[in-house]
Amino acid sequence: MDVAFMWETFLILLSGLPLTLELALTSIIAGGILALFLSLFAVAGGPIGRGLTRGYVFVFRGSPLLVQMFLIYYGLGQFRPLLQELGLWAIFREPYWCAVIALTLNTAAYTSEIFRGGLKAVSLQQVEAARACGMSGLLLFRRIVLPIAIRHALPAYGNEIILMLKATALASVITIMEVTGLAGKLIADSFRAFEVFIVAGAIYLAVTFLVTRLMMIIEFWLSPHLRMRPPTLA
Amino acid sequence: MELIDRYLVLVGFGETGWGTLLLSASAMTLGVSICGFLTGTILGSVVTFMKLSRYMVVRWLADGYTTVLRGVPDLLVIYLFYFGGSAFLGYLGGLFGYQGFIGMPAFLTGTLALGVVSAAYQSEVFRGAFKSVANGELEAASAVGMRPWPKFRRIVAPLVLRYAIPGLGNTWQLVLKESALISITGLVELLRQSQIAAGSTRRPFEFYLTAIVLYLVITWASSIAFRHLEARTMRGTRSSL
Repeated sequence: MDVAFMWETFLILLSGLPLTLELALTSIIAGGILALFLSLFAVAGGPIGRGLTRGYVFVFRGSPLLVQMFLIYYGLGQFRPLLQELGLWAIFREPYWCAVIALTLNTAAYTSEIFRGGLKAVSLQQVEAARACGMSGLLLFRRIVLPIAIRHALPAYGNEIILMLKATALASVITIMEVTGLAGKLIADSFRAFEVFIVAGAIYLAVTFLVTRLMMIIEFWLSPHLRMRPPTLA
Repeated sequence: MELIDRYLVLVGFGETGWGTLLLSASAMTLGVSICGFLTGTILGSVVTFMKLSRYMVVRWLADGYTTVLRGVPDLLVIYLFYFGGSAFLGYLGGLFGYQGFIGMPAFLTGTLALGVVSAAYQSEVFRGAFKSVANGELEAASAVGMRPWPKFRRIVAPLVLRYAIPGLGNTWQLVLKESALISITGLVELLRQSQIAAGSTRRPFEFYLTAIVLYLVITWASSIAFRHLEARTMRGTRSSL
């Protein structure tokens, strides 16, 4: 193992990290907002809402993300005149935005199921109790349903964030030079697959580790009622 | 209407249609996924045994394996096997006096990469399933005098498999979708074939859409198959729900 080569590799790959994080963060936030609407639509939208969201989830969870990315990047390029007319070509021309759109739509499907599970986990008694206290509508949702749902959904949501972090690697296939893209190029140039793999893997693992710790802190912070009470006198 | 007719000719089975090629590419997707999944089952069982070992170092190794393979993008693993494998083959060739480049066979790369990644997931599934085997069943097996191997074969393996099937179903879907990444090594599976067709007809939208539909058909069919399998292994038990 060549330490100098690995250090050089590390520096090169590190320069791709901001792009990886940017891709992940953008699509996690946009996907989260979309997922919130989807899950509300699924829970409160009646049979139509349930059917439509189920179809959306089925399509985006049942097919590979890479194919979805190709469909958006290469496939929509076929409709260039139409997109130009609509003024959307500036977005669909850029591999970056196509990757963000594909990642967003994909993660929204997974996340909406997580949120839906969280909303379903709010027990009827808790809602009834809130109604008995005179809460309804938005107040009930904001004070009772949402906090409980978030607590239930948090562990699964943490997993989804990590999955997204790994999924950003696919953007390298449509020419975006984030960590995996740079790693692939380095491997093809130097043919030292093992060393580059170790360095790139270490970078991803470090980020994943930080995310899991962060989620643990948030979980701890959101569940004070589950912690042991401090000892009291008498 | 004309648009639909043109599309049907494009993906149909006529002289200018790509239907046959797309279907055989779907078979290739299934083939590499099944091989990868089974490799993962074998490797995953080994890793599970390591996780249940009484030696801490062995457990650490197994846990490290899952942490790394689940934390690293699968694309990197494929690069490792594709380029790393070629370099290794070149080295072996060098020992026999051959100096040229020896490419790693794409199917083998796919099988190994999918197997190694899914082994990490499957070992977790198996470990969870083993934990839900009631202790009493294991004790009963020992009490009637079963030695470790018959006990494993007759009691542990069937029970673990029963509890593992839902998790294995999830892993299978994961492998199926990951198999699309193997297209970068040049293996002509569904995505690669769609790329080829899209390139030569300049109709990427139609072909990638068709690929998505074919993937959906495969995932949908396999989810039904796994549901049946689950119902079959669960016969003879009563559900509390």
